[in-house]
Amino acid sequence: MTAKTTVKSGSFLSGLLRHQIVIPLAAILLLTLFNLIADPSFFRIKLGMTNAGNPVLTGNLITILDSGSELAILAIGMTLVTAASGGQDISVGAAIAISGSVILRILCGPPGAYSGELQAPIFVAFLAACAVSMIFGAFNGSLVAFFRIQPMVATLILFTAGRSIAAWINNNKLPIISDDRFSYYGGYLPGVPIPTPFFIAVICFVITWAILKFTNLGLYVQSVGINEKTSRLNGLNPELIKFATYVLLGLCVAVSGFIKVSRVSTLNYSVIAKDIEMDAILAVALGGNALSGGKFSMSASVLGAYVLQYLTTTLYKFHVKPESLSAYKAVVVILLVILSAPAVREKLSSLVKKLHSPASSAGQSA
Amino acid sequence: MKARRIIAAMAAAALCSAFMAGCSNAGVNSQPAASEPANNEPASSEAVEPKEGDGLIKIGVINNDPNESGYRTANVNDLTKTFTKENGYDAEFKYSLKNDEQIGFAQKFIQDEVDYLLLSAADTAGWDSVLQDAKAAGVKVILFDRTIDADESLYEASIVSDMDKEGETAVEWLKGQNLDKYEIIHLQGVMGSAAQKGRSKALNTAADELGWTIVNEQTAEWSAEKAQQIVQSVIDSNQSFNVIYAENDDMAKGAVAALDKANISHGVGQDVIIMGFDCNQWALKELLEQRWNYDGQCNPFQSSYIQEIITKLENGETLDQKTIIMDEKGFDAATITQDDVDNYGI
Repeated sequence: MTAKTTVKSGSFLSGLLRHQIVIPLAAILLLTLFNLIADPSFFRIKLGMTNAGNPVLTGNLITILDSGSELAILAIGMTLVTAASGGQDISVGAAIAISGSVILRILCGPPGAYSGELQAPIFVAFLAACAVSMIFGAFNGSLVAFFRIQPMVATLILFTAGRSIAAWINNNKLPIISDDRFSYYGGYLPGVPIPTPFFIAVICFVITWAILKFTNLGLYVQSVGINEKTSRLNGLNPELIKFATYVLLGLCVAVSGFIKVSRVSTLNYSVIAKDIEMDAILAVALGGNALSGGKFSMSASVLGAYVLQYLTTTLYKFHVKPESLSAYKAVVVILLVILSAPAVREKLSSLVKKLHSPASSAGQSA
Repeated sequence: MKARRIIAAMAAAALCSAFMAGCSNAGVNSQPAASEPANNEPASSEAVEPKEGDGLIKIGVINNDPNESGYRTANVNDLTKTFTKENGYDAEFKYSLKNDEQIGFAQKFIQDEVDYLLLSAADTAGWDSVLQDAKAAGVKVILFDRTIDADESLYEASIVSDMDKEGETAVEWLKGQNLDKYEIIHLQGVMGSAAQKGRSKALNTAADELGWTIVNEQTAEWSAEKAQQIVQSVIDSNQSFNVIYAENDDMAKGAVAALDKANISHGVGQDVIIMGFDCNQWALKELLEQRWNYDGQCNPFQSSYIQEIITKLENGETLDQKTIIMDEKGFDAATITQDDVDNYGI
């Protein structure tokens, strides 16, 4: 009887180890442990007030949930793109600059004409940014799906040109939106002490989760990623599915661009969301997803995004020298990526099995 | 089947290259190049006698992409506004962030036999041979904004900002505030850039000498959001501070966003002193409204200096010195006026 349960727990453990969500979870555990030992005050959360008199929660954990949101939203789209096309979109940073620029252009009117009065409702600007981003997503998607260009090469085009396009949309001007209502989306809604970006990320996650749960999209994406030919023989249209994932990523880009612009009420074409494409890809990798496509777990990617933010916030908190910031980050990332490599995980789970099998045989003999 | 695949591949390649070409054209030609390409027949433009032909001074300007930053946009606008036909110049403008492309432009300008070559180089290295060609062809080279690693004899003058001095002016101002204690959050630009090095150096020296506390020193890579996160992390760990020294305006803005969120007052006569650099128009407005305390200038208006040099050279005068450092101001919220915002804002 006892033997049976130990065997079961052994296989459960090794099964869990094989599940990809264990990697970001382990990373979170590791970082938490480190922070607990180094300085437990890291986890303190306080209720404070903003200058405008709104109640807000502050603390490192809140900052992580807040600042990691854009990356989490991007990771959702990037996971689907990766799974379906076996490649990554490296133009998301530039595309965020474009969508941010579109929002400013709609809200402030023609370049130079802005006088402090919003020229259009905020949701109109947001919808316009969604439309533009989805068009650019469709552009990337069609290059990848219909012209069969390597995703990295196809998106390199927008990666190169995107920030110039963003600057051109506003004729190189950088209007600053002074309306308080616009800052709600990257800050706090009046009376709500939890940062809005976190809510937006949760909404995006739930919607995508529901779509994957209640339609066959997840299955289709997965089968196209695993074997395009077989899925075609089974009546799927691989081109269309790949194309759709890029358009969806475009939507994610628009949402995170909207948050980013709202945070500081303006944007800088050359620095906004700089290198975020690499972080998004890393989040997908940390989630244990194969970058060559196929099976995927969206929740693992989203957790991966928050792990990256957790890491950044921890490094800021401990005042790592600016010269060595990226080196520290690289070391931790290398560790996590090695731990998440399928070969290593296979070894680990077989090790767990071995540790349990002598115990179970001992139980049987007794 | 095979033929179809080849055709598809070729079509894709053609489309791709057409798009790429479109991009690079957009990057180079769609800039506010006020002048048409020079129409003078080559015979009329003897390099030694520039006043011949239509009487215009022929110059070629090689600059970085105007989209690079607000500074660059202001710089490009300043140059295109000055070197016009009305002012007696026949100017052609070329933009690139890539050194090899810039060298290509320079070679073209030398072939076109321009009188002056104005250059803001993307990279410091690799200019020797092309500048030697320029010298041999009698083209006078004036560097602006950025220096290069080449022999001084290869150019007439170099007009630059002194980043060390910008930092020193700012730190001098901060000393003058006579605070009871100095607890500073130092937000740095991209590590290793000239602006970061100069502006950091001044603060670090002063902090060492005067015993100022640097609460946190971190690079926010010129980005407002990163600056916001860094300041947030200081607030979250309950450390006290009373000065934010941000090496550009964007980072100062991000820092202020974090302060606003935590209900910490900032500006003239408030808890935290805000210092920024670059003098963006919106930043100077913040000063005018007393929400920030100081903004240091990084002067993008080099055209008047260049014009002066060209006039001198045209009159056969010699220049006193090769390296000319521009005047750069620092603005204090207590004394700034609307005129300053209009004149110096970029």
